[in-house]
Amino acid sequence: MTLASANAAIDWYFLSPEIVLTAAACVVLVLDLFLDQRRKHVAAFTGALGIAAALGLVLSLAGSSGRTLAGAFEIDTFALVFKGLLALVGLGVVAVSVDHFRASGYAQGEYYFLLLCALLGGFLVASARDLVTLFVSLELVTVPGFIMVALRKRDAKSNEGALKFFLFGVLSTAVMLYGMSLLYGVTGETLLGPVGEVLPSADRGLVVLAVFFVIVGLAFKAAAAPFHFWAPDAYEGAPAPVAAYLATISKLSGFIGLIVVLTAFVEVADLWRPFIALLAVASMTIGNLLALRQDNIIRLLAYSGIAQSGYVLLALALLQPPTDGGASLLTNGSPLVAAAFYLVIFVVMELGAFAAAIGFGRRYGSYFIADYAGLWRRSPLLAVALAAFLISLAGAPPLAGTWAKLFIFLAALDHGAYFLAGVMGVNTVIAAWYYLAIVRRMFFEEPETDVAVEPPRLIRATVVAAGAVLLVLFVYPVLVTYLLAPTAGFVLVGG
Amino acid sequence: MTAEAWALTLAVFGPVLGAGAVAGLPAVRERAAVPAGIAISTLALAAGIFVAAAFDYGSPATIQAEADLAWIPAVDVRWHIGVDGVSLPLLLLSLLMSVLCFVYLAGHMPEPGRGRSLVALLLLLETGMSGTFVALDLILFFVLWETVLVPMYFVIGIWGGPNRQHAAIKFFLYTFLGSVLMLLAFLAVRFAGGSFDITALSAHVPKGLGGAFGDLVFLGLFLGFAVKLPLWPLHSWLPDAHTEAPTVGSVLLAAVMLKMGGYGFIRIALPLLPDAARDFAPWMGVLGAVAIAYGALCCLAQRDLKRLIAFSSVGHMGFVMLGIATLTEIGVNGAVFAMVAHGLITGMLFFLAGSLQERYRTRELGELGGVLAQAPRFGSLLTYAAVASLGLPGLAGFWGEMLALLGAYQPAPGLPVQLFRVLMVTGGVGIILTAGYFLWMLQRVTLGRPPRSSPPVADVGVIEWTAWGPLAALILVAGIFPQLVLGPSGDAVSQILAGFGS
Repeated sequence: MTLASANAAIDWYFLSPEIVLTAAACVVLVLDLFLDQRRKHVAAFTGALGIAAALGLVLSLAGSSGRTLAGAFEIDTFALVFKGLLALVGLGVVAVSVDHFRASGYAQGEYYFLLLCALLGGFLVASARDLVTLFVSLELVTVPGFIMVALRKRDAKSNEGALKFFLFGVLSTAVMLYGMSLLYGVTGETLLGPVGEVLPSADRGLVVLAVFFVIVGLAFKAAAAPFHFWAPDAYEGAPAPVAAYLATISKLSGFIGLIVVLTAFVEVADLWRPFIALLAVASMTIGNLLALRQDNIIRLLAYSGIAQSGYVLLALALLQPPTDGGASLLTNGSPLVAAAFYLVIFVVMELGAFAAAIGFGRRYGSYFIADYAGLWRRSPLLAVALAAFLISLAGAPPLAGTWAKLFIFLAALDHGAYFLAGVMGVNTVIAAWYYLAIVRRMFFEEPETDVAVEPPRLIRATVVAAGAVLLVLFVYPVLVTYLLAPTAGFVLVGG
Repeated sequence: MTAEAWALTLAVFGPVLGAGAVAGLPAVRERAAVPAGIAISTLALAAGIFVAAAFDYGSPATIQAEADLAWIPAVDVRWHIGVDGVSLPLLLLSLLMSVLCFVYLAGHMPEPGRGRSLVALLLLLETGMSGTFVALDLILFFVLWETVLVPMYFVIGIWGGPNRQHAAIKFFLYTFLGSVLMLLAFLAVRFAGGSFDITALSAHVPKGLGGAFGDLVFLGLFLGFAVKLPLWPLHSWLPDAHTEAPTVGSVLLAAVMLKMGGYGFIRIALPLLPDAARDFAPWMGVLGAVAIAYGALCCLAQRDLKRLIAFSSVGHMGFVMLGIATLTEIGVNGAVFAMVAHGLITGMLFFLAGSLQERYRTRELGELGGVLAQAPRFGSLLTYAAVASLGLPGLAGFWGEMLALLGAYQPAPGLPVQLFRVLMVTGGVGIILTAGYFLWMLQRVTLGRPPRSSPPVADVGVIEWTAWGPLAALILVAGIFPQLVLGPSGDAVSQILAGFGS
């Protein structure tokens, strides 16, 4: 991509989903001022409308590809698939938030404003092909997160979680920014493509350091061990819907950024691959072992989410420097598709599990696993759905989680990564233990009371929708692999 | 797709659709669940019988009723199903046992009721079981294999006995670990052979699957299948699961799910990795023989009827393993026959044990007695099933174990003959011990005087006759005409064993 073509006029159509989200965020903020306390939840529906409009624009962009903003912003299949996913998950997060914020009555307007800003950040990450753009968009995801976690400002846990999240976040941001400045210093470029091209011939020590720092920053956002310490406390302290946001949109944005960076720097993959593999093994093992001992479902999902990050990192650790132009897609196609597929399935499972947990929490006021005893008798739909999400997170049929794990195993063996595949195999079985511990309580134990648990309607709809999506994708995963197959190519050829 | 292929698809995937329909029944229709289960599984059985009727018995080694459609092109996974002479008897066995279980449920709904959920889970289970026997794509096989896991976990955990929670999680984790290893082995097969298609891989054994790599892949398959079979020392989930599961769960576990492991060896492990199979065969034979002896000795020490039958399964599956380990046509045919026979006989034994417990409120051998005096027909059926299980000639239990031992007398070329003859003798001793503990059990339960506290006991009822009659008849028929199974399986097995030069 030469500068001459990159300097062409701004393509507003490419930017339209982001513009709509920005407008929606502003409208929500202003609207909040004029709504009286009982009608504040209208902000939620305004925000959802904005997200839906952005989703429509993303769909209308399907098939297009190209760059604008001097090459810093790219539209391709990869970006569009993840923007679509972010929008859908964003709608889900709004749906599980409404009842919570309406009932608790604090900061309703601000919350949806912050959520829309964060979602806008996620959209931008998917398209960012420039160090500065990437940095700004990543911070747009994280900074609203700091505030959202702290929304329960009179609650000690909320404060503790937010403070940890903030301190770790700022530190990792600083580290990442330092890494980016080193990259700029070494290569004299900020566009990822040219940076990646210059890297192989640059000073090796500096390149290792720079890429390492950037990865650290992104690993923090993806909640990968050993940069995960903030996650369980932030998840637990935050209002539950915010935890759902952290576990899905925030984590997903971190991974999108990681994929963008790693595929751009694929020429020096040998330098960063061992580090990613180490993160993968650490995340899987630490996340799963710590999850074994949790008694709060939100904390359990936080730790299990760390382990799940490890599986995606494993796929990314398989990326190899292209031997020649044509071979790169063949060798790197399967890990990239596996990682992207895992992310798609994972966020839907996670959203479903959080929605079910929030649905239970809204009606029962507890997030302790012990209180789920006999839930099957009290709310069959909620229990069956939560069990299905958990079993799918463990990787067993009958939902699409099976395929997600299978594709990663397949990519690992195709690349001869037997050790990593073995570690993941053992971890998959460990994880089954704690996921099933919840299932066991819900189905095999007697309830203390027979009072039915009826989750709020929007939450029920989210649970059912997530379950339906996963069931359809179990029967016919091609619906997603079809979208992702060109993705792997675009990322590598673009960059 | 041909009519037979459609019928096979209906037989396998009809039940899962039915499961969705049953789960969606409104709560007031709880009573309609079992009749719906009977209807759906009977339809599946009818479709299976149609496949069997259209089957060309002249060439049982050919895959028939085949459907081969693209499923996930990105990773070359295909929707490939079909039957040959080995899979046909096992397919029919699983379809039949499902029908009988639903019939039995009509009169014996286990606590805590909730018929819709139980029927839906059992229908899901049926698809997984029968699908495993017809899948010809490794990934399809894996998915269907895994499909049985979750429903059986719930069946044990919700409708099981006092120690059900422990049994359910143990069952799940054991099998899950096995299937993860099996999956890794499947993926390694594709890595070396470039395909997931079982028929294509069997026809041209991948060159890359030799040497140490092949042995490692075989080890993965071995662990996956051996946990399911289950083979000593990986069997410890079985006594718990079989004992704690409700009657229909025990029946399906014993009659069908154990066969998935043996079938996996015959369909996948042997033909795809002949060299590694030859390396492992002596070990498999030894473990099989140990299982025979260990199962029999454990049975002698049991006080609980269901646990006794469960341990007898460990021994019977030891014969299956021994037969497969000989790598001979005789031995493998014996294994196939033994699997079908064990399905019929042990299925019936678990039905009887379940009903016995309902009548006497106990399964303790020491507290039972005089069943023949109190309920003569029931006692006779129990005697019949028990002597069939100990291998009385003329009944189904005889042929499989006889052939397995015969195969061990002269194992495939390259295997240590002396060792296998020792194993044969061990197996023979196992048969004697088996006869011993079954006769001892019969003496305790059917003979003697009924316990004083015993309530008046009903004899076999209409529902029970309907559920058990077909099994009793088939045990006799298969005992007199073993060709019914050995005919179709013979040629198919020789094709599978083509790589062993026997």
